[in-house]
Amino acid sequence: MDDGYITEDGRKIGGVVMEMKNITLRFGGVVAIKDISFDIREGEIRAIIGPNGAGKSSMLNVISGFYIPSEGEVFYKGSKRPQMRPFEVARQGIARTFQNIALFEGMSVLDNVMTGRLNHMQSNLFQQALWSGKAEREETANREVAEKVIDFLEIQHIRKTPVSRLPYGLKKRVELARALAAEPQLLLLDEPMAGMNVEEKEDMCRFILDVNDEFGTTICLIEHDMGVVMDLSDRVVVMDYGKKIGDGTPNEVRNNQEVIDAYLGVSHD
Amino acid sequence: MAQTQSSAEGMKSLPALLERNATEFADAPAYREKEFGIWQSWSWAETAEQIEALALGLINLGVNEGDFIAIIGRNRPYMYWSMVAAQSVGAIPVPLYQDSGAEEMAYVLGHCGARFIVVADQEQADKVIQVQDQLHQFEHLIYLDPRGMRKYDHHQLHQYSHVQDQGRAARDEWITDLKARREKLTYDSTCVMLYTSGTTGKPKGVVLSNRNVIETARNSAEFDKLTRNEDILSYLPMAWVGDFIFSIGQAYWCGFCVNCPESADTMITDLREIGPSYYFAPPRVFETQLTTVMIRMEDAGSLKKRMFDRAMAHAKKVGGKILDGEPVGFMDRLKYRIGDMLVYGPLKDTLGLGNVRVGYTAGEAIGPEIFDFYRSLGINLKQLYGQTEATVFITAQPDGQVRADTVGVPSPNVEIKIADNGEIFYRSPGTFVEYYKNPESTASTKDAEGWVATGDAGFFEPDSGHLRIIDRAKDVGKMADGSLFAPKYVENKLKFYPDILEAVLFGNGKDRCVAFINIDLSAVGNWAERNNIAYASYQELAGHPKVLESIKSHVTAVNASVAEDEMLSGCQIHRFVVLHKELDADDGEMTRTRKVRRVIVADKFSDIVDAMYGGDAQVSTVTEVTYEDGRKGSISATLQIVDAEVAPIRQKIAAE
Repeated sequence: MDDGYITEDGRKIGGVVMEMKNITLRFGGVVAIKDISFDIREGEIRAIIGPNGAGKSSMLNVISGFYIPSEGEVFYKGSKRPQMRPFEVARQGIARTFQNIALFEGMSVLDNVMTGRLNHMQSNLFQQALWSGKAEREETANREVAEKVIDFLEIQHIRKTPVSRLPYGLKKRVELARALAAEPQLLLLDEPMAGMNVEEKEDMCRFILDVNDEFGTTICLIEHDMGVVMDLSDRVVVMDYGKKIGDGTPNEVRNNQEVIDAYLGVSHD
Repeated sequence: MAQTQSSAEGMKSLPALLERNATEFADAPAYREKEFGIWQSWSWAETAEQIEALALGLINLGVNEGDFIAIIGRNRPYMYWSMVAAQSVGAIPVPLYQDSGAEEMAYVLGHCGARFIVVADQEQADKVIQVQDQLHQFEHLIYLDPRGMRKYDHHQLHQYSHVQDQGRAARDEWITDLKARREKLTYDSTCVMLYTSGTTGKPKGVVLSNRNVIETARNSAEFDKLTRNEDILSYLPMAWVGDFIFSIGQAYWCGFCVNCPESADTMITDLREIGPSYYFAPPRVFETQLTTVMIRMEDAGSLKKRMFDRAMAHAKKVGGKILDGEPVGFMDRLKYRIGDMLVYGPLKDTLGLGNVRVGYTAGEAIGPEIFDFYRSLGINLKQLYGQTEATVFITAQPDGQVRADTVGVPSPNVEIKIADNGEIFYRSPGTFVEYYKNPESTASTKDAEGWVATGDAGFFEPDSGHLRIIDRAKDVGKMADGSLFAPKYVENKLKFYPDILEAVLFGNGKDRCVAFINIDLSAVGNWAERNNIAYASYQELAGHPKVLESIKSHVTAVNASVAEDEMLSGCQIHRFVVLHKELDADDGEMTRTRKVRRVIVADKFSDIVDAMYGGDAQVSTVTEVTYEDGRKGSISATLQIVDAEVAPIRQKIAAE
């Protein structure tokens, strides 16, 4: 296998972590994704962009294992991935956030973040209910990770606040916190900036870069905001009507005529 | 605990006090900080080790005696340690306001010629890097939080913990030098240099010696009988002299514990968890807390609300008297005790002020209602008057002699005299050494005998001997008819209304006064919510007819109360506008300690002032605003000018 590349800002990107080979996804007669292939490399920030209905979220769901592709294969860490249930995917080190926030609204921020640690707990229900030594030690260790994430994302002040009382921008951040608490190797972000104001977007950008920089997490994100995508990502896949129309660094994509026509608008002069 | 402090006699520097604390109170907590959801703590012995490691690391990096080390960041134990470490190696710490913009920092860093800069995080580091071309002496930057700093060029950047590790590794090489440098420190060595924010002109570097700091710490600790068992919460800007005295001066003198909040946003929660015994806050913090309590009581059930109202009415009647030790009847005392169990106690705990033995407010005048509210709960809140040049303390209120309208009696060893024009002068062991590289200003502020001009006008009350401040001496002017113009007197009366955040009065040399008013967004916003008033922005809310109406009623009430003071009755407000933006330090309209810069405001909004005097009913204006990241923008607005009702001036009754 090849050895990756060096980004424009000097970061070293590793080998292929996940590879999508000729993926096609159909819902009855509707073809959501048509014969798409691309890869995600270790340590990079990979973006998937495209107009509404291009099939971006479907693609992310295929990556996360939630959808089973009708045709094509997914390779994760060099081997072909079998059909899996969501928790099995999570155990493989993949975590995600959702376009329309999916938190436990009635629980506090801390409890929500702690749910991200579930896969790291070994004690069973009875041990936890009886607060056995093992359960207690585990809880302490997991709480420590959760607190580091809370500190990292600067949400200490809402630690004990029920999620339902939080504004939208903060909920998004809590969702990212829960995903991070799982200590993923691959983090999937579905429109992390949707509906945010400029300041919140800037904060979120910084967090995404910091996560990538600090933990070396591979990140795959879907985003609408072109400015954000071009600033953040190392490589971009462009989709339109379920097809891949471009793939490369932000600069390459920006200069790809097909992409300009389809997504950025046709220039008239 | 007199004996613990008497053992500090003869200690001539903070590093010396640290050494004493590390031996005498070795295991007692010196610093706590909430991190990762838990209060982490360091004993005095551990603190001494941390500071020594950093000091050795600084020598290792090439810090010379007499160098300036700038310190920029929020209150964290590490940042306090860097101050004392700087002192240990004979350097001078210069704490900066962390919310200053890069250009403001460039001036201060250039003025003191800091070779080394200690910053808390990437945000501060970026600001320094942005202006480093203007800083000729700058050599090394030490950062505390490595997050986001990985990719930076590390030729001049060093991580705090790495500097300490290098210091520990090089202990054998440098420990004798460090000890020698520590022993060279005398009472006259510079302890710290603090830049005053200054309501006019460029900031000035106030040089304070060890004598200033240690004598002041001793006097003030004795005045309030502070012991090593106090707990304080350090959340006020480290660049402010008050924080330096409380969190370093008094903490090292007494040996008490300094607690640092987890983040600026968690301060209220952290306050509740720590329950400090000695507490300090500007009036604004007390106002905000009171507003929050009142808003929440508005939303409470009727039973709770009735109980709260009954109890508070009783507290207002006797609470202050009980605190001052005045005679109060048995039934009233009993009722107060019941109220304490049901309302005051739980409320104090909610506010985090349940353990406060000594509380101070200073910096600005506090509203009498606000002040009395806290005192009636049984919180020993007092006022003091001070400034950077005096190492804080000029006057303070002794226990049992506390009033809202005075600032107390001269602090121990402070002499005060009042000049003919009413300006207050003082002389004390805390009197600053000089303004750094600014002999003219030093000479114009401090005379040869050591008397320092405060720039404030005031007088001693004949019966109580307490000092009363009228206004900034330079702000006190004359109206066209020769009567006194004291803007702050009127502004403070306005600001005591919870929905008014800030007010600026104009009228010097004119025949009548006009005013700018800023609404308090949280109070007015809550009121709007309860009254089903929809608004999309601060600007829209500020211009809402109902808001204007309620502000007008406040102005009318203030006018009535101003009219009763025969000296100042000319200062009644004839017309006012509610401004479309909050006055902000980022726009230069206020100082970093949130005092209005009158001249700048008058200049920037001169079109509005002219329209107010010109008799226009409204005025359209465009205002430039600066965002937190330094970008500029502008907002345009059309403001309604409101005519206020002016109370008839009571004629002086000729003495018979």
